[in-house]
Amino acid sequence: MRIHLLSFMLLASLFCNPAEAAAKIEHWQTPQGSRVYYVQIPPSPPFTKGGIEQRAEPVSPFEKGGRGDLPMVDIQVAFDAGSARDGYQFGLSALTSALLDTGAGQWNADDIAQRFESVGAQFSSSISIDMASVSLRSLTDKPLFDKALETMQVILTSPSFNEADFQREKNRTLAGLKQQEESPAELASIAYYKALYGDHPYGHPASGEIVTVSGFEVADLRSFYQKYYVAANAMVVIVGDLSREQAEHTAEMLVSGLPVGQKPEPLPEVVMPVKAGMQHIEFPSSQTHVLVGMPGTYRKDPDYFTLYVGNHILGGGGLVSKLFEEVREKRGLAYSASSSFAPMFRKGPFTISLQTRNDQTGQALDVLNKTLADFIAQGPTEAELIAAKKNITGGFAMRFDTNKELASYVSMIGFYEMPQDYLDTFQQNVEKVTAASIKDVFKRRVDPQLMQTITVGGSDKKSEK
Amino acid sequence: MNNRLLCAALLWLPVFASSAAVTKVSEHVLGNGLKVLVKEDHRSPVAVSQVWYKVGSSYEPGGITGISHMLEHMMFKGTDKHAPGEFSRIVAENGGEENAFTGEDYTAYFQTMEASRLAVSFELEADRMRNLHLLADELKKELQVVTEERRMRTDDNPQAKMQEHFAAMAYTNSPYRNPVIGWPSDIENYKVEDLQAWYQRWYAPNNATLVVVGDVEPKAVFALAEKYFGPLKCVGCAERSEAHQHQSANASDALRTSAHPTVLKPQTEVEQLGVRKMTVKLPAKLPYLVMGYKVPVLKTAPHEWEAYALEVLAGVLDGGSSARLESGLVRGKQIAVSVGASYGLTSRLPTLFTLEATPAEGKTVWNLESALKDEITKLQINLVDSDELQRIKAQVLAKAVYERDSNFYQAMQIGMLETVGLSWKVVDEYVDKINQVTAEQVRNVARKYLIEDKLSVAYLEPLPITGNITETKTTKGVR
Repeated sequence: MRIHLLSFMLLASLFCNPAEAAAKIEHWQTPQGSRVYYVQIPPSPPFTKGGIEQRAEPVSPFEKGGRGDLPMVDIQVAFDAGSARDGYQFGLSALTSALLDTGAGQWNADDIAQRFESVGAQFSSSISIDMASVSLRSLTDKPLFDKALETMQVILTSPSFNEADFQREKNRTLAGLKQQEESPAELASIAYYKALYGDHPYGHPASGEIVTVSGFEVADLRSFYQKYYVAANAMVVIVGDLSREQAEHTAEMLVSGLPVGQKPEPLPEVVMPVKAGMQHIEFPSSQTHVLVGMPGTYRKDPDYFTLYVGNHILGGGGLVSKLFEEVREKRGLAYSASSSFAPMFRKGPFTISLQTRNDQTGQALDVLNKTLADFIAQGPTEAELIAAKKNITGGFAMRFDTNKELASYVSMIGFYEMPQDYLDTFQQNVEKVTAASIKDVFKRRVDPQLMQTITVGGSDKKSEK
Repeated sequence: MNNRLLCAALLWLPVFASSAAVTKVSEHVLGNGLKVLVKEDHRSPVAVSQVWYKVGSSYEPGGITGISHMLEHMMFKGTDKHAPGEFSRIVAENGGEENAFTGEDYTAYFQTMEASRLAVSFELEADRMRNLHLLADELKKELQVVTEERRMRTDDNPQAKMQEHFAAMAYTNSPYRNPVIGWPSDIENYKVEDLQAWYQRWYAPNNATLVVVGDVEPKAVFALAEKYFGPLKCVGCAERSEAHQHQSANASDALRTSAHPTVLKPQTEVEQLGVRKMTVKLPAKLPYLVMGYKVPVLKTAPHEWEAYALEVLAGVLDGGSSARLESGLVRGKQIAVSVGASYGLTSRLPTLFTLEATPAEGKTVWNLESALKDEITKLQINLVDSDELQRIKAQVLAKAVYERDSNFYQAMQIGMLETVGLSWKVVDEYVDKINQVTAEQVRNVARKYLIEDKLSVAYLEPLPITGNITETKTTKGVR
């Protein structure tokens, strides 16, 4: 989950023809100061027995593409209230989010679930490191939509935080934390973030730790909610079959019940590690999970596109990349071997990961480190760069060819306040990257002398046949 | 999401549905038997192309379990025309995304690209359908990759490993008892000749379905398919069609309908004669319970409605947070931290209706087993509420709209249904058939199938996770 923000980066497209704007994102603020981002995807004219119904309004260019034939909408309300806002109460953001739909207004958890599910709506609340959000997918048929929207609004503005619900959800979280300890991948990830970020707000696991969560009281959740779930700290994303007027009304309705409050102070800058580190966690698994990396890039980083294209060549390109080639295709050392930049508000991790049989961990690490060192020293070849650009720009249309992907993409633009033409300029920005600039930026930004290496698995070779 | 246990679904359960008014699939069968199915979706200038082969782990005899999956990996290792790895490079340079997946009843390959580049995908897929190079060196490396995949997915994952043991107990002779990825000693011992034989036997146009969904026009797709796949030979038909010239017209019809390259043995599961139970002991932190009842699927149910009624029954128990299991066991009695029920009606062979749960602190798998059986008993005694039925029907209707947001998912439904021997038309019927299910029918299937003698139960008993928790080889980075 932690590095899922990277995928937002990959979502970029155009619907109709390349000359038109990729997606018409409309943006405004509610009177309480919440930012709203809206993309209208209206339905095609309905089919009737007599043929296609006449429409009074002119058909928008969007409809020409035929994109909008689904009577549905995706809505998200997001807050700068992810696990980075936990303070020392690791897991507070996550548990607060988990409590939201367990009771609100006059309703208990069953009532809330029934209200959504009886109209076929899908509701969820979730957090990442930077962001907490509630999301709704609903049909736009008025009575169905109204019921779902009202329920969402009450959840956002009047969650109950009942003691009984709190105890139950806390116990479930504790069980989940316990279960993490049977997964070498989870243990590696926790140790990795700690190694990269130390005491920075990015350094602890989003779901918390057993010792911190055990100490929570319901009042802690209530005060976290009161501080961060406020209009000035809220963003609304609406993508789908609602008119501008309906979208305005929807956004207003969702956030008008929230106190205005204020935006939290920006998160502190990440302090870079001063030297390389290596940590091994002994675990009775047949594979060793390997994570190697350091703090990498942030959303508004001027080097972002260069790092992104460079990483695509190094280890981001799915079945075609240098790491995949060296680790899997040439040597059969792992099922997956990849690298990624996860840009966040501050520098998110640059991570290389693989999993391999315990007794070949050393060999795999050597291959990994050499592949990285060679790439930093030499940069990509012209042919590799061209191939990567062709893949990225040629596949541009698929990056958000579903409403769901588009909504995530709009959410990223809105949450990080990226330029509104981000989509339209995406391909140009990729095209501008040169082999020399990649070589330069990797030298400056990816330093093997600062890399943190985590291995989790069995070091006893006899444990593996 | 981050802080909760995820319910690992035992079986991949496709909830497929689509509004009958909108679904439109165009169908064309090439002379060599390749079936081409096209669905237009012009929302975005892209298309997904999938080739589905009628072969998967349930086709595999003992000793070579997992070979369908191994072959899936080898399909990226070069042909007469293309060197190993070139396939993926060509797709990538065309902006494509690609991969492949193997299940019990199918092996499928896909590319997603701009719709104008469909020919790139067709050329490559047609080439590897008949001209694959299976090289010993490549196999040696890829065997290691698959072994690592197995370690990651199963061996180091307590719940997955337990589910593997559970399936092997629940089924007596059905091939569903074997894991899709194969048993370790079978994986270790694949030979190039095994893969060659498997490839020759199953990879042919008359054993495949080509599905395209996206910004395309069916006639153009058919023409393109004809161009690239048309020249491939129908396997097992050539001699026959020569022979049939000397035979009657009747015989020729029969030959055409038996164009399948090879006859698969039925391997019908014998009747279960009583409850089965097992304990699986593994290093783990939490206990875990899995229960499975033998049930029919759409293809095997004596009455079609039984499969749909089982589908609704699964929805009554686990169709969301308001459904009985989450509401009753996680929130009400608070004996589970996670719980789920699942049923898939579209497999080729009879399957299991499964229930799974993780106990809350201080509760046991036996508490859970008894609570889950109480839920089953309630379904056998009482009729489900009309509110519950209404809720399930609303969800099915809404999902039918939401699913159309994804070309890939739509292609999956069509390809999977065709490949298991149903028809893509099942997608269109689904909403109606679910709507027709009555409370009485749900009770009937609960009484008929969810009975003790057809039940298998597995308990995961955690062993301590040994080993030093942390050992620092060198100094950690100081900031």
